[in-house]
Amino acid sequence: MVARFMSLKDAVSSCIKDGDTVSMEGFTHLIPHAAGHEVIRQGIKDLTLIRMTPDMIYDQLIGAGCAKKLVFSWGGNPGVGSLHRLREAIQDGWPHKLEIEEHSHAAMANAYDAGAAGLPCAVFKGYRGAELPRVNKNIKFIECPFTGERLAAVPAIRPDVTVVHAQKANKKGDVLFEGIVGVQKEAVLAAKKSIITVEEIVDNFDDVPYNAVMLPNWAVTAIVEVPGGAHPSYAQGYYKRDNAFYKAWDTIAKDRDSFSAWINEHVMNGGPEDFAAKRDANKG
Amino acid sequence: MVDYTPTEMMTVSASRALKNDDVCFVGIGMPSAACNLARLTHAPELTLIYESGTIGTKPDVLPLSIGDGELCETAVNTVPVPEMFRYWLQGGKISVGFLGAAQLDKYGNINTTVIGDYDNPKVRLPGGGGAPEIATSCGEVFLVMKQTKRGFVEKIDFITSLGHGTGGNDRASYGVDTKGPSRLITDLCIMEPHPVGKQFIVTSIHPGVTREDIIANTGWTVEFADEIAQTPVPDANELQILRDLHARTAKAHEGQQ
Repeated sequence: MVARFMSLKDAVSSCIKDGDTVSMEGFTHLIPHAAGHEVIRQGIKDLTLIRMTPDMIYDQLIGAGCAKKLVFSWGGNPGVGSLHRLREAIQDGWPHKLEIEEHSHAAMANAYDAGAAGLPCAVFKGYRGAELPRVNKNIKFIECPFTGERLAAVPAIRPDVTVVHAQKANKKGDVLFEGIVGVQKEAVLAAKKSIITVEEIVDNFDDVPYNAVMLPNWAVTAIVEVPGGAHPSYAQGYYKRDNAFYKAWDTIAKDRDSFSAWINEHVMNGGPEDFAAKRDANKG
Repeated sequence: MVDYTPTEMMTVSASRALKNDDVCFVGIGMPSAACNLARLTHAPELTLIYESGTIGTKPDVLPLSIGDGELCETAVNTVPVPEMFRYWLQGGKISVGFLGAAQLDKYGNINTTVIGDYDNPKVRLPGGGGAPEIATSCGEVFLVMKQTKRGFVEKIDFITSLGHGTGGNDRASYGVDTKGPSRLITDLCIMEPHPVGKQFIVTSIHPGVTREDIIANTGWTVEFADEIAQTPVPDANELQILRDLHARTAKAHEGQQ
């Protein structure tokens, strides 16, 4: 089935339902913040959220009560400090208890790769001498059948839905990623469905280099044009990372009331159209 | 005599640990400042790699995250994250991993996961990220960290990343054939692992610091090498370049709305 162009509201309501396993990826770059806000606005609950670096976007989803479980490998506000909503969910169970499944980056990157490759698990040289295998039953060790070497194994990641942001789609619905491409391609190919928000829709990709990171339209479920949709993350070639807002988030999220007030003002009473102004403010 | 802060002393000493032909996997924070200082001073050809996939990056300001756009714009190449961890790190292409820690023991085992019990933590920290495999797959590991009794402990609460394990040959018992932590640079001194026992011993003390200062800020029983060097002070050029780097960084990160 070929990708459909949709509104963000329709894409989220048709692809994501309560209890789904959802991966929103983007390694610092191209984080789908506008789509995350839409999930909060629609009040979707009991999600198992997967993400290597659950930074601000998952802090918001967790604090807003959308998550039942988090699968992750590094949960912080990069260069700033803790994610206060994530920390409070784990330490104090607010707004409710959050189950966690914790990995290393190498494990998750390999697990996405295995998911995209149709394998049941990923095998890698990992977790040697580390303590996570004691607290995470989804980390096991196997023996190489050829050399006898002890290797780590983790289950493949197979999300119900992957949500990512990209620079461009063309009119046929093919999608282009540039810059720090993270695990986006693997996460989309590992998932049953995918929503991709893009900065813009262009006529064609005639001028794109041969080896650009692309997803053809038949590998994508829904495409939504949301200019600025990664803010305060960034889209290389369009706008810069809003580092000042990442620092400001530390204060906003520290306190339950100021967090809830921010969500109410900017998410519940906002919409995807608000992101274009943020893009314009961070150009240059 | 040039004036400098203990943090500047630490950053400059850490930068000097890197060689021009090193390929270095850079942790965020203090390691990032030290690695870029090395590149801007004595090691211009130093290859810096951040886990976002940027290889050979030469940022003009320090990134706030490991994936700021400038890392990609100034890199030789940017690869997908699975490729970064599989081919470049696991494949053994990286000579040095430069890491920080929240808690460290005398064998260089690192905790960045939790303070307290894992299931009922006093403080939940960000977690391992790339570190568990950086610590075992890089040729060797340099650690940089401010020295405090809270951070330098006899027993860490959680082994996020392997150092020398319980000492001696314990690291190799996990099938790890890389060197592990070979240098620990703090704001007071430099420590290196004992050749046999692998516990950190003080090998160089920064000017103006006493043995008592080091003991007072360490949670394990400090061992001193038979011959102890005095760490060379930062020179005027290193300090100027480091301060300019921090000034440019502060300006760049505050300048956005």
